[in-house]
Amino acid sequence: MDKLVSRLLLLAACSSAAILALIALFIFKEGVPIMARSGLGAFLLGRDWSPLQGQFGILPFIIGSLCITLGALLIGVPLGVACAVYLAEFSSPRWVNILKPAIELLAGIPSVVYGFLGVMWLAPLIRIRLGGPGLSILAASCVLAIMTLPTIVSISIDALQAVPKSYKQGSLALGATEWQTVWRVLFPAARAGILAGVILGMGRAIGETMAVIMISGNSTAIPHSALDSVRTLTANIAIEMGYATGEHRQALFATGVILFFFIMILNGAALRFARRKF
Amino acid sequence: MTQSNPKIEVKELTILFGATPALNGVSFDVRHQEILAVIGPANSGKSSLLLALNRMLSRIHEASVTGSILLDGRDIGNIEDVEDLRRRVGMVYAMPIALPMTIRENVLFGIRLKRTIRKNEGDTIVESTLRSSFLWDEVKDRLDTSALNLSGGQQQRLCLARTLAVGPEVILYDEPCSGLDPISTAKVEEAMKELKTAHTQILVTNNTKQAARVGDRTAFLLMGELVEIDDTDKIFTFPSDPRTEQYVTGKFG
Repeated sequence: MDKLVSRLLLLAACSSAAILALIALFIFKEGVPIMARSGLGAFLLGRDWSPLQGQFGILPFIIGSLCITLGALLIGVPLGVACAVYLAEFSSPRWVNILKPAIELLAGIPSVVYGFLGVMWLAPLIRIRLGGPGLSILAASCVLAIMTLPTIVSISIDALQAVPKSYKQGSLALGATEWQTVWRVLFPAARAGILAGVILGMGRAIGETMAVIMISGNSTAIPHSALDSVRTLTANIAIEMGYATGEHRQALFATGVILFFFIMILNGAALRFARRKF
Repeated sequence: MTQSNPKIEVKELTILFGATPALNGVSFDVRHQEILAVIGPANSGKSSLLLALNRMLSRIHEASVTGSILLDGRDIGNIEDVEDLRRRVGMVYAMPIALPMTIRENVLFGIRLKRTIRKNEGDTIVESTLRSSFLWDEVKDRLDTSALNLSGGQQQRLCLARTLAVGPEVILYDEPCSGLDPISTAKVEEAMKELKTAHTQILVTNNTKQAARVGDRTAFLLMGELVEIDDTDKIFTFPSDPRTEQYVTGKFG
């Protein structure tokens, strides 16, 4: 009986890995030929995306994805980690019971609602106060930052609470203030967990499509400031897939391949950093 | 040993956790540079007493403290800078808690909270405190490796070194050897005896034999009351209270 169950579980585990492999295989099969034909350099570093003329350069989208993700992290990580530190270390349990579920509820809001709010409220605000088209890197970063908060906050709280209470006692007994204890002991000890939260948040930011399409403006030009419109890799696929055929369709799959590598590289780098011992 | 004023005066100290008393109107003095052993069965208020002495108790919300504790004649309840108090009154816990850093960083942690130190000075402090805690020979070749790889007994001596590095006047020990092997226990006790030249020490222990080995004087707490405090020899040979005699001879506890 035990053997049967363990076989079944093995099958389940293998099948999810197999599905991933099949998806990767399919994307690569569709996407790699066009990259080979136009040259990897021309595809990655080309500034011109004109599918009708056969120009497939996705540099603007890579820059767009990077800028928006980076912006979202710049806003979301300090906010999220600060929030987690407060909830895990300083607030009374009553507040944690109110605030933590509230923050986690943010994850339940569909991304189209975030996008809608961004378009109706944030973009005009940016357009009027700061100039530019409003639908911009800044607007998308702000919205994505909020969307990554639940992930970053709840995982960081868990990481901080998993730090043995004895570390805190030991630090305080040596004359450290609460804040010094958080900064010098709890953060380093919880670093791997907090980074895991940031990685997952980053994954969400890079992969997010709907909200980004709505508020980033979708310009195919390379942006020059945070107030410019951009298009991301994900948005590029979603916007054009409806009418793409032939090489154009393959180029969208190739965009997917790049996105795939992107997430692999970022995750790999962040995981290595997280595992590094003090 | 010549100062006539006590290092610490505890006056009518009562500690409540909610409505439950942990310590009930306890008064005693701790002399300069003595080792005061505090013995008593579980729940007699020993650990609460220690937590009150460096005001770690104030972090526990339901705890309330009345009475006073004077350190060099000054009420510690009125000390504004509680971090400074905790540097003066260091604490070694029952569970060895090395911080998740290297051995060197553990020792220098407390000092670096206040100021940056140069490498030379740091090296001197690391060596002297690790020698004082009888750990130097075991770790001198791997000061920059993680402290978490040390054994429990080594970590406990590292905790002592870390406490010594901030230059405390008083050191509190909360059952420091309860989880240690006999050899590490002996080293901790040896360190305590050597530290008497410059430090006042209070040792809470469940092990009456340990109290007899290292305590200059011994206090016996029972159910939150101070039954007796006297020279260790007297406590273990001719105690004035029959309950003390029963406890130290192992009739209960």
